[in-house]
Amino acid sequence: MANDPIHQFQISKILPLEVGGYDISFTNSALFMVATVGLASAFLILTTSGRGLIPTRLQSISEMCYEFVAGLLRDSAGSEGMKFFPLVFSLFVFILVANLFGMFPYFFTVASHIVITAALALLVIGTVVVYGFWKNGLGFLKLFVPSGVPGVLIPLIVLIEVMSFISRPISLSVRLFANLLAGHITLKVFAGFIVTLSGLGIGGVLASILPLAFTVALTALEFLVAFLQAYVFAILTCMYLNDAIHPSH
Amino acid sequence: MAASNSGAEGAVEQGASGVFPPFDPTYFTSQLLWLAITFGLFYYLMSKVALPRISAILETRSDRIAQDLDEANQLKDESDAALAAYEQELAEAKAKAHGIAQEARDSAKAELDAKRASVEAELADKIAGAEASIASIKAKAMGEVGSIAEETTAALVSQIISGKVTKADIASAVSAARR
Repeated sequence: MANDPIHQFQISKILPLEVGGYDISFTNSALFMVATVGLASAFLILTTSGRGLIPTRLQSISEMCYEFVAGLLRDSAGSEGMKFFPLVFSLFVFILVANLFGMFPYFFTVASHIVITAALALLVIGTVVVYGFWKNGLGFLKLFVPSGVPGVLIPLIVLIEVMSFISRPISLSVRLFANLLAGHITLKVFAGFIVTLSGLGIGGVLASILPLAFTVALTALEFLVAFLQAYVFAILTCMYLNDAIHPSH
Repeated sequence: MAASNSGAEGAVEQGASGVFPPFDPTYFTSQLLWLAITFGLFYYLMSKVALPRISAILETRSDRIAQDLDEANQLKDESDAALAAYEQELAEAKAKAHGIAQEARDSAKAELDAKRASVEAELADKIAGAEASIASIKAKAMGEVGSIAEETTAALVSQIISGKVTKADIASAVSAARR
């Protein structure tokens, strides 16, 4: 079933493992997580090993990544937020590299599974909640009570704020997951049209130029989405961390 | 154990055939575990190795740039000071040269004036000498003119009246006429 657009999200066992009744097999998903971490770590560590005062090309890529994420975090959460820099940087690079790996044909897209994106989103929200209460105590609850709201409206506003806070991990995980899932399915469907049409003879081959063009355009779009979703995830993480650091808005 | 194993196998087959893979819970545990392992390792490597290293590189560079800028400013100040000193020295040298030239001009002028004055005095002496000799010659000539006139007068008078007229008369007459 080469034409099945869902097949690419199928998880397959590479090394079956089971501990205490839990299936913890090393799967293709795990393989690409390892590849993502391996490539990203190797790149960031090896390119900076020269510690060049004048950076080489590859070293300046690592530096640009660092400065990009550092700028993102500093702009939204201030210099106090810099203690979360390793977390935001790891999330951004992990998602970005995993998404870019997913752009290779036959490669597995790690973040196209909701359990992965949900885990990352819960990691962010968990950090926000734990740090928020640890640093501000109950003052963290001021997050739900914006200042300058008339007394009558407070219950309503608090309800809305709580709902919006609860929806954060959901939107954070679903946004990343759905974007990648939909993008990859669309890409596969259009690519499948080419194969199907080409099977119909010379007219079909000519007609398949259209889905081919779409596939090319969608590939470019998917590269953009791969970067953009990593960026969106990182910047939302920064903004949520800012809430934990400065809860009264 | 065996039962749960076979159950998992059954779920795998079911997952492979029916359930939409991203929502298939069969591999949730495995995915979460491997995500925790890989992301945890990544976080550790980033926070302990890569990020401190890049931060150190950037810090070293900005320190170095600041240091270089300081050094450049210092060198600029030094060169400014050197330029000022040079200009001052130049002005001093110019003033000195001007003084020397003025002095030379003044001394030359004084020498010239002295020479001119001596030459003029010499000339005036010579003129005075010449004038004196002219005056003496003139006076001598005038005296001679008187005696010639007396002799001529005596000769003329003796020719005209053929008599003797005293020399004193003639001299008084001549001097009266010459007056």
